[in-house]
Amino acid sequence: MISTLQPPRSLSHFRSNPTLLLRYTSLKPLSSLSSQPVTHSTITDQSQSPNPPSHSQILSTRHSLLSRHLTATQLAESFLTRLRLTEPHLRSFLHVSDSVLAQARELDEKIQRNEELGPLAGVLVAIKDNICTAEMPSTAGSRVLEGYTPPYDATAVRKIKELGGIVVGKTNLDEFGMGSTTEASAYQVTANPWDISRVPGGSSGGSAAAVSARQCMVSLGSDTGGSVRQPASFCGVVGLKPTYGRVSRFGLMAYASSLDVIGCFGTSVADAGILLHAISGHDRLDATSSKREVPDFSAQFVSMNLLESKPLKGLRIGLIRETLDDGVDTGVTSAVRTAALHLEELGCCVTEVSLPSFSLGLPAYYILASSESSSNLSRYDGVRYGNRVAADELNSQYMDSRAKGFGSEVKRRILTGTYALSAGYYDAYYKRAQQVRTVIQKSFKTALDEHDILISPAAPSAAYKIVEKKNDPLAMYAGDIMTVNVNLAGLPAMVLPCGFVEGGPAGLPVGLQMIGAAFDEGKLLKVAHIFEQTLQNCRFVPPLIADEVA
Amino acid sequence: MASTIFRSLHSHPFLFHPTALIRRKYVILYCTMRSAQTQTATQEKVKPQVKVSPHSTQSKALEKASKDYEAVIGIETHVQLNTLTKAFCSCPYNYGSPPNTSVCPICMGLPGALPVLNLKVIESAVKVGLALNCKLSLNSKFDRKQYFYPDLPKGYQISQFDVPIATSGYIDLDLPLEFGGGHRKFGITRVHMEEDAGKLLHSEGGSYSQETAEVDLNRAGVPLLEIVSEPDMRNGIEAAEYAAELQRLVRYLGVSNGNMQEGSLRCDVNISVRPIGQLQFGTKVEIKNLNSFSSVSRAIDYEISRQVLLHSQGQDKEIVQETRLWEEGAQKTVTMRKKEGLADYRYFPEPDLPGVFLTTDYVDGIRNSLPELPETKRRRYEKMGLSMQDVLFLANDMNVAEFFDTTITKGADVKLATNWIMGDIAAYMKNEKLTINEIKLTPQELAELIASIKDGTISGKIGKEILFELLAKGGTVKGLIEAKDLVQIVDPAEIEKWVEKVLSENPKQLEQYRGGKTKLQGYFAGQVMKLSKGKANPGLLNKILLEKLNAKS
Ligand SMILES: [Zn+2]
Repeated sequence: MISTLQPPRSLSHFRSNPTLLLRYTSLKPLSSLSSQPVTHSTITDQSQSPNPPSHSQILSTRHSLLSRHLTATQLAESFLTRLRLTEPHLRSFLHVSDSVLAQARELDEKIQRNEELGPLAGVLVAIKDNICTAEMPSTAGSRVLEGYTPPYDATAVRKIKELGGIVVGKTNLDEFGMGSTTEASAYQVTANPWDISRVPGGSSGGSAAAVSARQCMVSLGSDTGGSVRQPASFCGVVGLKPTYGRVSRFGLMAYASSLDVIGCFGTSVADAGILLHAISGHDRLDATSSKREVPDFSAQFVSMNLLESKPLKGLRIGLIRETLDDGVDTGVTSAVRTAALHLEELGCCVTEVSLPSFSLGLPAYYILASSESSSNLSRYDGVRYGNRVAADELNSQYMDSRAKGFGSEVKRRILTGTYALSAGYYDAYYKRAQQVRTVIQKSFKTALDEHDILISPAAPSAAYKIVEKKNDPLAMYAGDIMTVNVNLAGLPAMVLPCGFVEGGPAGLPVGLQMIGAAFDEGKLLKVAHIFEQTLQNCRFVPPLIADEVA
Repeated sequence: MASTIFRSLHSHPFLFHPTALIRRKYVILYCTMRSAQTQTATQEKVKPQVKVSPHSTQSKALEKASKDYEAVIGIETHVQLNTLTKAFCSCPYNYGSPPNTSVCPICMGLPGALPVLNLKVIESAVKVGLALNCKLSLNSKFDRKQYFYPDLPKGYQISQFDVPIATSGYIDLDLPLEFGGGHRKFGITRVHMEEDAGKLLHSEGGSYSQETAEVDLNRAGVPLLEIVSEPDMRNGIEAAEYAAELQRLVRYLGVSNGNMQEGSLRCDVNISVRPIGQLQFGTKVEIKNLNSFSSVSRAIDYEISRQVLLHSQGQDKEIVQETRLWEEGAQKTVTMRKKEGLADYRYFPEPDLPGVFLTTDYVDGIRNSLPELPETKRRRYEKMGLSMQDVLFLANDMNVAEFFDTTITKGADVKLATNWIMGDIAAYMKNEKLTINEIKLTPQELAELIASIKDGTISGKIGKEILFELLAKGGTVKGLIEAKDLVQIVDPAEIEKWVEKVLSENPKQLEQYRGGKTKLQGYFAGQVMKLSKGKANPGLLNKILLEKLNAKS
């Protein structure tokens, strides 16, 4: 399947572009793209694998800079060039920073002076546009914040900058994170790098597409009901949703405060883990951020050479039965079952586990998220910032500013939430949904007492066509079934590419979701890393850029 | 105009609206409120009731009708806490700062900003809850109260809804004697924590074509305690005294300056009238814009009269559920807005803040650190034998009470100390517009002064002179007596010399005296005292004087 790929005609000029001859060290050419069938080979023959596993771009950046193999400027230029060339097809960025090269040059000077480098020195990071950045517009994909530049950096952004990371730009999203396709952005529709006629997923579609197309090395997204994991699955990248409270929400424009978390995208498990480590920890500006110590996640990344034959021996994995029911594409089901077999090969004990409350998650999620959003979005009244429609009197000003500032999906959720919180309906909707949330938390607790990790698909299907579900919100909501329960329970989860289904010029990636116990990101990263390093014959570089990085 | 208001914010890089937002018809309400505020009576103490009579011809009928009706009054009080920083951010709050100079992304409700609770707010709430004899909720939480208004930056107010931090308490107070006196106990329904809103400022449009209103967010996010009373009060005086006692309480606790003019203590009154004997309440009317205790009292009495009159004329249907404003100038209440059904605030638990959990250790620690409260103090003073008038005077002001208590612990006589404080010291403070903390006299010296008079070191007259010196300039009683050589002269020989001198210099008067005009004794005494520069012991002086006057008669 993969060997038959041709880059889209429109991108054929990539080949002749001289600037692209600069090879990024971590994206080593692959010796072949053999189409041999996926086999569940044992670890012993991994070393002869023709497909080297995903590298950490962060670690190779560091290595390249410290060894003076490449300069930060060269690295930044190569990424910016790729960004410029792919952006007309993808439209993943709402804003691209104009100071990336200046920052890279500054870093190079530091290197020349032998100054100490932060762990993210030279790492090119894209930020979802609902996360505040002091020097760049932050619109949350909404007209109501058109032209708005916050006076401060979100805590996660501040930490990235302090550790040496360079913010490349702000990525597209469904307005305020409300959507699963990134089509609900007020500004543009982002395309999936694997097939530009398809959606990248959402709401962090811009961040997922940008990492997938190597427009940046890693990116931040936000995940309220699956907004990091589902686009990671659609775009074939690693998406990590941390435990609620692990990462400060300060500076994340609130959609549903009790569910929102900032999450990480990378092309490798290691990158997602390193980025998570950088942004984690208690923040005195977020009362819901946890004071728990942040372990060194990179300690979990065991080198391939040191792996035993059954490196995950004894690990108990629960495959959530309800996620393989009707309504899930057979291609997705079989990819996940194949992944389960792979985990067994690694020594895991995989059993099916039932979460009877699973199907309750979706309605509970939509009631709670809508209720909180109806409140969180009240501040966009046109009084202090953003778009204001001049009006003769106060009510008209509110109504006009909000009517013109918000898109239809946002309005739909504000209305739903306002209704659910209204006197006389509160008990039937909001309160009931909270009770369901408690039930779901308990059932996850029980399942995670018996299993180390739960697995499921990340979405019922691979990426679908742009416009396909745009006018059918219920169908789009249904696509969140795999992910929303995890937010309701506040648990950490990661999605990593595990296979393909047919579709598009090169097949479409399928993500495997791994769910862990609260604050046990370390275990998730360890398992995911071994899974990734031992996965055979899958290479998750989208056809849009396959030529260049191949 | 607007740009000057917001000038301080222009240095921030975010997009801030330089112009304002609402046309005049939406701020008329604020204009009237502001003009009313400027005329507000500033007295803190309730004045005897102003006679309220809508029309003199009706007053008799009203007086008669009043006996058949009773008013039911409950009060919602907002107390602004004097924490160093606001409730959920680190901005300070200083009353009267230029608009929008004490704001940050959090209290402005900027996207992505989150509230973090100032723990001092909980401490203050627990103090007030304990002082009001409430049951504390060890597990409470914050909720969002949602409505749109330009002074509410987030579109919701962080408040407490179904689980307030304190409930079911009561407050004791003693009515002043001029209002008939008597002890009262009023129920407290609940105490909860919340944040204040900003203020709308009105300005003429200046060069802009339309008149606009501006928002000052300095006050937004300042912590408040809302204290809700049971409907236990029956007239304006009781309500005003309730408010005054709350003010006393928060000042004693040090949690608020309780200043009504600055809005640190705001009372909204709910009032209904029903025929005596009727169990169910009449239609409730809310009165706002009460900026002093006297306006609380007068507004309520006006409103009772208005409602009683309507009842007695069979027009009780005219009493509707509404909010009325007290107009200080006209001395009456006027309709502000009619309530059209209950407002739906769509309360739900604030997801940005964790629950508020109190441990019993924490509560006990605060309980043990509470100062002596006004009620306890009053009962103690009463037991010391002071009259209720003295008790109320001393306990009314925490600093006066502390001055008094210290004077007593330095050994001063209770009654004498009370007299000095309530007499000359109070008069001096009033004349000079000083508080007891601003006068130079210390309790130590007052005790010394009282002792010096008592033991005869100085006369009462000299004592008074020294007092005013101490009040104005400070110093010690001993030092002044020494410096001015004011020690009383008790040496009979010396006094005798002065007496003889006076008698010899006034032969004519002496003759008159001896001729029967004995009233002249006072004249001689005065002359001798003058000669002694006031230092002669008056008893001794008179004794010797009489002896000499009568000696050769
Ligand atoms: Zn502030």
